[in-house]
Amino acid sequence: MGTREEILNIIEKNSRIDVHELSVLIGAEEILVANELKALEDEGIICGYHTMVDWSKTSLDKVNALIEVKVTPTRGQGFDNIAERIYKYPEVTSVYLMSGGFDLMVIIEGKSLQEVAGFVNNKLATLDTVLSTATHFILKKYKDHGTILTKRYEDTREIVSP
Amino acid sequence: MRNPIGSKVVDIKPSGIRKFFDIVHETEGAISLGVGEPDFDTPWHIRDEGIYSLEKGRTFYTSNSGLVELRKEVAAYMKRSQGIDYDPTNEIFITVGGSEAIDLAFRAMIDAGDEVLIPQPSYVSYEPCAILADAKPVIIELKEENEFRLTAEEVLEKVTDKTKILVLPFPNNPTGAIMEKEDLEKIAKVVIEKDLYVLSDEIYGELSYKNKHVSIASLPGMKERTILINGFSKAYAMTGWRLGYACGPEVIMKQMVKIHQFAIMCAPTTSQYAAVEALRNGDDDVNMMREQYNHRRRYLLNEFKKLGLPCFEPYGAFYVFPCIKKFGMTSDDFCTRLLKEEKLAVVPGNAFGDCGEGYIRISYAYSMENLKTAMERFEHFIERL
Repeated sequence: MGTREEILNIIEKNSRIDVHELSVLIGAEEILVANELKALEDEGIICGYHTMVDWSKTSLDKVNALIEVKVTPTRGQGFDNIAERIYKYPEVTSVYLMSGGFDLMVIIEGKSLQEVAGFVNNKLATLDTVLSTATHFILKKYKDHGTILTKRYEDTREIVSP
Repeated sequence: MRNPIGSKVVDIKPSGIRKFFDIVHETEGAISLGVGEPDFDTPWHIRDEGIYSLEKGRTFYTSNSGLVELRKEVAAYMKRSQGIDYDPTNEIFITVGGSEAIDLAFRAMIDAGDEVLIPQPSYVSYEPCAILADAKPVIIELKEENEFRLTAEEVLEKVTDKTKILVLPFPNNPTGAIMEKEDLEKIAKVVIEKDLYVLSDEIYGELSYKNKHVSIASLPGMKERTILINGFSKAYAMTGWRLGYACGPEVIMKQMVKIHQFAIMCAPTTSQYAAVEALRNGDDDVNMMREQYNHRRRYLLNEFKKLGLPCFEPYGAFYVFPCIKKFGMTSDDFCTRLLKEEKLAVVPGNAFGDCGEGYIRISYAYSMENLKTAMERFEHFIERL
């Protein structure tokens, strides 16, 4: 594995790590790591540094839903045009083009069930090219982005062993 | 009443780790860098196969040597990782951890009074197992100036007409030392010249951070002189499954299996099914864990460098073995004070042989978060010394 991939593997799990520590972990010069990070950002490989938040444990209500969307692709543009019209809404957090029974997977975040329903009814379903939608509300997140949300790691090993 | 205990057992010292373990247990709120096992859970797909085997009712004994499919997987692994051809029928069998294989090898090969060369610092069980098999253990003290590698000169110094087995414990617990191909070639030459056998404990073989681990059995003329011991505990984070294996010449394996069949019958069946999955589909897990260990290894070495604590760079297992001689304390005193004053447990080096005195074993089978907290305590401690 190259330095690049090694850096990405680490910061994908921990984006708060600083350049110095990163350079220690992978055994490379600090300047080299800094340059590589800059290059990764410039090339759009690193697209952002986010924090994973389990909002359900806060006082703020958030509702997430997955929406399966069937659309008519437009000539010359395929699905890109319609995808763009959808992802421009700020309440949409993800849009994927899918293989299989439907075309676009739209993930949306809202304050309430009504707000999400309103978005689907008023904005999404009314787009010309949208043929149908199926909305699935997320009831509980067990694991997200590789992190288990429902249980904390507990070290059950004997405290000293040969 | 007659004395119920045989004198051979009484004379064996209890493990130095055990003694320390009891002190640690009495210390409330202690954090530890003292374990000799991975912090990762066994990868889920491996656990799942174990569970599935139970669901299917695979709850019977296996053959004494272990499941045929597992022995075949071990043979394939030996071929792809070391280029050695072992016959899964006669040259491989499955044991209850690598530790059972160590015990069996001595018992199968030793006549009373035969000498066994044991390099130290090393894992705690070679010496007692040799004694229980009526061998005379002869200790080779490894030196930090050689990065705790074994040299041909050190072997030659201790070889006598009675020497039969050389124990080769690399990658090493507790030092983290490795033996590279050139080092092994020199040892192999002496072994052949002096007509010795090698018990090569390669349980940490997959945790090698410089080059890929090389087994001495892969060198010319050495397969027929080597009992290669390995297992699933360290590479696949499967310590509690108690599963290992031995590979070697048919004449030796046959006698080892004989003892195994009377003493143990067979290794745990559930574990064997899980291990088949580990060898078939576990490479990515091993690589992921190795990468994580390597990050932590570099982190710790850098911390010791910052603290001005001398430590050679260990390239294997998951231990660093820094020297604490400059503080003018014994390893025991150092570790006891560290535990009492900072509530941090590490293992005194002399638990792994007298020549480990003046060193401590620090395990990096812990999350980075744990390591950082522990190093803060460590730094706090040595600042006051």
